[in-house]
Formats: sequence, structure tokens, C-alpha cells
Amino acid sequence: MGVNRRDFLKITGLGTLAGVSGKAAADLVFKGQAEAQEAKPREEALVGKRWAMVVDTKKCIEKIKKDGCKDCTIACHAVHNVPDFGNPKDEIKWIWQDTFEHICPNQHHPFTSESLEGAPFLALCNHCDNPPCVRVCPTKATFQREDGIVLMDFHRCIGCRFCMAGCPYGSRSFNWRDPRPFVQNAREDFPTRMRGVVEKCNFCAERLAEGKIPACVEACKAKALIFGDLEDPHSEVREILHEHHSIRRKPELGTMPQIYYLV
Amino acid sequence: MIDKALIGGRKYYGLIAVLLGVIGVGVLCYLWQFFYGLGITGLSRDVSWGLYIAQFTFLVGVAASAVMVVLPYYLHNYKVFGKITVLGEFLAISSVAMCMLFIFVDMGQPLRVLNVILHPTPNSVMFWDFMVLTGYLLLNVLIGWISLDCERKGVAPPKWIKPFVYLSIPWAVSIHTVTAFLYAGLPGRHLWLTAIMAARFIASAFASGPSLLIILCLIVRRFTRFDPGKEAIQTLAKIVTYAMIINIFFLSLEFFTAFYSQIPGHMHPLVYLYAGLEGHGVLIPWMWTSTALAALAIILLVNPGTRNNESILTVAVLAVFFSTWIDKGMGLVVGGFIPNPLERVVEYTPTLPEVLITLGVWGIGFLILTVLFKIAVTVKEEAAL
Amino acid sequence: MYDGGKIVAGLVLFLAVVTSPIWYNVVTGKAEYKPEPKIITQEKECVAPKAWMTAMHMTLLNDWRDSVVREGNRVYVAANGKAYNMSLQNTCMQCHSNKSEFCDRCHNYTSVNPYCWDCHVEPKEKK
Repeated sequence: MGVNRRDFLKITGLGTLAGVSGKAAADLVFKGQAEAQEAKPREEALVGKRWAMVVDTKKCIEKIKKDGCKDCTIACHAVHNVPDFGNPKDEIKWIWQDTFEHICPNQHHPFTSESLEGAPFLALCNHCDNPPCVRVCPTKATFQREDGIVLMDFHRCIGCRFCMAGCPYGSRSFNWRDPRPFVQNAREDFPTRMRGVVEKCNFCAERLAEGKIPACVEACKAKALIFGDLEDPHSEVREILHEHHSIRRKPELGTMPQIYYLV
Repeated sequence: MIDKALIGGRKYYGLIAVLLGVIGVGVLCYLWQFFYGLGITGLSRDVSWGLYIAQFTFLVGVAASAVMVVLPYYLHNYKVFGKITVLGEFLAISSVAMCMLFIFVDMGQPLRVLNVILHPTPNSVMFWDFMVLTGYLLLNVLIGWISLDCERKGVAPPKWIKPFVYLSIPWAVSIHTVTAFLYAGLPGRHLWLTAIMAARFIASAFASGPSLLIILCLIVRRFTRFDPGKEAIQTLAKIVTYAMIINIFFLSLEFFTAFYSQIPGHMHPLVYLYAGLEGHGVLIPWMWTSTALAALAIILLVNPGTRNNESILTVAVLAVFFSTWIDKGMGLVVGGFIPNPLERVVEYTPTLPEVLITLGVWGIGFLILTVLFKIAVTVKEEAAL
Repeated sequence: MYDGGKIVAGLVLFLAVVTSPIWYNVVTGKAEYKPEPKIITQEKECVAPKAWMTAMHMTLLNDWRDSVVREGNRVYVAANGKAYNMSLQNTCMQCHSNKSEFCDRCHNYTSVNPYCWDCHVEPKEKK
């Protein structure tokens, strides 16, 4: 017997390691591929180079003051199977209302006009052009598409919540527990999410792909939400922004938010 | 050498048993969290990082303890630290292990953690944090183990270990810097958006790490036949003194910038922490305790008469440790989220399962520390014979 | 060898216990069991041949996922020339709407628990 015990253990250990990692490496390198076929976008898809939304706050405020309107929130949360946990701690919201002072914090003053003082403003993901959430995500689970939409890949999200810390607008929610039991009437054409991942408004990317406008825009009876492509000089959003004064949330942070509020 | 951890007296096994008990409870609570979700913690949409990340942030600093003994010894031939470099490195191993465990228990989808390696994202600070923490852990395991093994055999460490030792020095600085960058680069969190964040991290690290090392050295001297040496402890105490003074100085710089500029975004988090905001102030007693402990510590440490007295020194470094634990842990992390981006105050209180999981991870860290120190001390005791 | 008899006996017993999952199924005839997923689809063919799908459906779904979520391409032109919407819920499950008799049959047999259904809403089955 030429091999002593220590060497035997070393050889066995290295051999096992080589065998196991060899197979793992082979699996990674020679991943099975689906038969190379064509993948393309839907024909009817809405195509844009830089999607953005304009909120006509005058119309929105008027509607809300008239009948406590929440149509955009209800539509969005219904279409996307957003759960309702019934408590603020676990709350998930994609689009919601808060007051002007809270949505645009440093733009009010002791003599703010009556129309804006305490007025309801909408909050949602701004789909920033320079998004800090995308910058910080360690797995690219939060990423920005070429058309500007900031999307989440829920399969890849590890739930570290760095994006939530990075977002200067508080647009993101986390699934602190399994959301499925709290989804009223889960729609079968759209998934829910699982516990442990972050979620937020996705600019209805799945509806755009089918040629439909975002659910909130469609649901707004006051026509206060206008959605369009900023790179198209003839789009409604471009024309409105050209003609009316608009503000954005926290512009000094350099995030280049793409939700414009007409005030 | 691992067999040295298996032979011990009743007190040693008693300590192991207690630690295993604490760890067991933590593991059970973690299983609950794993299946229910992070909702069993007190975290919410507005305060999305809490106790776990606070511990991680603090422990990254304690892990610097290694470099504080390695640098003088290897770079400047400060022989006095020769006996305790291994202890510093083993404390670093235990701290970094706890850091990584705290991150793991904080993940919403922990089984997907390897996505960080499968989809590397160099623009994400968290990716780099993962890399530097792993690297630092491996460095300290390698250096500590080899050094100790050579001590056991009575030979000098091999030449090839030197480059690794030299590498570990800037690497230690990098783990703080990268962790500070997690916070300092976020545009919406005004408590964290300060250039001095990394410097504060290093200063508090060099205060908290050696403090714990001093305590451990005193414990080792009391319960074993290995004496780290009074001079080593005194030098560490001097390091803690200066580091703590600089740390408090840096903290006061934050106050100056916030309150002299009168910019609301800078002031509000500090006001919340130390005086309360809109009637909410659950952290106020903690922050003032931290301040009081810091003041006590500095008074006791600056005065050589009290610093040289090891009983008083013990009180002083414990004060440093707990003061920085509060200030760099919950104070920093929770304070960054309050007020939230919509200028609302939503508070955070950890829940019992959250606390038990935290204690469990601390238990694992102390178990690793106990085992490694047992090995190190036994080797040194035998080498001295 | 000291106590040779006991050692050999013990080894034989150990081997028998450790390999019991294999020989037990053969002896009791349970190894003959093959899971039969029930196909109730109206369509005659799937997006890919059956044998290939059985082995590679997870790879296909992963590729579909990356294509839809990350690249925005939702139309899959299959080998048979037909165009399909790349969607687990809206394409696959529209045909294979009997998850408990289709997907679950093989998955339960092989003890595979894919977490697809944590998010993707399975179609309500008629009892």
C-alpha cells in the first residue's frame, strides 16, 4: 500500500470535486436550447422609443373631489392581480393617491394656491430615464427596456430590497408574505407574484404588447391621464407638454422621471 | 488542529451548549420566516431594511479588527501584536460570517442568492459587497489558519502567505468602503447621502472592532493559560480611543452640515432620531444612550489613568461597542428610511421572531468565534510550553 | 479479520437496506408504473413535438420567460410554422387546462415541485 491515509483523502476529495464540478460546468456550458426558432413582438404591439405619462392634475383633482374617484388604482390593481392585505404594514400599491405636499415635497409653501393645497396627487413608478433602482439591482432583476420602461423580472429577484432603498419616490412594494390568498378574483390571464419579491407599476407592458393603452389611462373617466411616446413629435404627450407647464417629482436628483404633472 | 476544539472543560462545553440553544431557537424562527415570508418581521413598505441589515452594517466594521492588528505587525514590525494577529483574524472570520448570514436571513428569496453570481452586475454596489465579503472571509481563513498551523509546528509562516497578508489590509478597508457605498450612493435617502459615510464607517470600525478584541483578550487571559499581553491590550485601547474620537467628530460634522444649512431633507432624519418627528420617536432613548455611552467611553479612554486600569478599560470598551452598535446599526439604517420619500413618518419596531433570528445569528458567530479561539489559544498554550 | 462473520453479515444487511428502494419496487411490481398525463386538448399538436416537450419543456419556458420579460418579444414561431403567444397561462394552460391530471401526474411521480404556480395562476378545473 503506497498511499497513506492523508493522501488518500486528498485524492478522493479532489476527485469528487472534479467530478461534481465537471458535470455542473458541462451543464452550464452545454445548456439545452429550445429549437432555434423565431421570437418577435406582436404585430399589434404599441411601439415607442420613450414612453411617458402626463397627469392633468386639474382634471384629476376635480374628479376626486367630486366623487372620491379611485378608478385608476382599482383598474390597475385588478388587471395585475395586486393583493390587498388590509393593513398598511404589508401594503402593496402600484398607483395611489397622496396629497400634493407629500408627492412633491419641496414645492409647496405657506401660501400655496387653494387649488393645490392638500389636493390629491397620483403617485406611481416614474419609469425614470436614469433610474437609481436599476443601477443598484445586483442581479438585473430590475432593468430598463429600450423603450424606457423599468421592468421587474420576478423570476430573478432575490428580494434584497436594495431597489426599494434606492427609489427616491417610494414607488416600490415588497411581498412580505404570500399574496395569493389576498388577491380578490385572480385573473387567469396575468400572474400574481410570490412572497419575497419586489413589485411596482410596469407601465402595463403586457397591455402595450397587445396594442392596448395602460389600464389606468383607460379607466380614467376624467381623461386626466395621457400616455404616449415622447420621441414621437406628434404624440399627444409631446403636444401637451409643449403647451402647458409641467413639473416632475424631485427633479434635482437627476433621475429624469417620466411622469409629468400639469399644474 | 480542529481536534483542539473538541477537547475542553466544563465551562467550554457549557458555553457551546448555551450557544447551540440560542442558535436552535433562531433556526426554528428562521424556518417560520422562510415559509411565511419576511412579514413576520416589523419591516414595511417604508422601512424596508431593519434589524438584520443593521447588524450586518455594524459587523462589517467589527470585521476590520483583523487589519488593526495585522497592519502594525506586518507593515511596521510592531512585535507586540505578534501574539494576537491570529485572534484578530479569527474575530474577522466570525464577523464576516455573521455579516453574510444576516444578509442571507434578510433575503426575500434566499434560494436565489446565487443569481448575484450567475448574473454579475458590476454597476451594483451590492454585487461588489458580496465579492469583497467573500474574498475577505477566504483571505482571513487562509492567513489565520496557515499562521496558526505554523505556530503549532514551531516554524515561521511560508513566504507565499506574505502577499495575501498585504492584500488583506486594503481589502479590509474595501469591505467598509463598499458597504458604506451601499448607503452613500442612494439619491433619495438624505441621512445617507454624504461623502463622509465611508470615512465614518472606517472610524467606527476601528473603534468597535478592537474594542471587542480587547474584551476577548481579557476573557482569554482570565479563562486560559494564554496571556495576550498587557502592552498589546493597551495599544489596542489607544487605537480605540483615537478611532472613537474621530468617529464622534465625524458624527458631529453630519449635525453641522444638516443644521447649519437648514435643509429639511438633511435635518429631518436626525431630528427624528434624536428628538422625534410628528410625535414619533421610538429610537430617541436608544440614540441618547448611544451618545451617553460614547461620552463616557471617551472620557474614560482619553485619561491614561483610567485607560491603564483594565477593569475601567473594560467598561470603556463595552461602552464603545454598544454605542457604535446602536449608532451604526439601527440608528443609521432605520434613520435613513424615516421620513419616507413622501415625507411621512412610518416607524419600525422589530418583532420577537426577528429578534430571535438575530440572536441566533449572533449565536452562530459566537460559536465560530469560540471554536476558533479555542483552537488558537490551545495551540498558543502548547507552543509556549 | 476479527469478528469476520459479524462484519460481513452487517455489510450484507446494510447493502440490502440501502438498495431497498430499488429492489422493493421491482419485487412488488410498482416499478411497472408509468405516470400517464391526460391530454384533453382541442389542438392536435403542441408548440413542439411531444418527445421533445416532455424532456425540454422547462428549457422552453425559461427561454420564453427571458424573451417576453426581458426582450419584449411575445410571439414564438414554432418549427411547424405556426405563431404562438409565449405565455404559460395564456397559451400552454389554455390547452392543458387540467393541471391536476396533466402537469401534476408526472411532477408528483418524480417529486418535482416547480414554483411556477406560486405566481402563475392555474386555470380553474372543472371537477
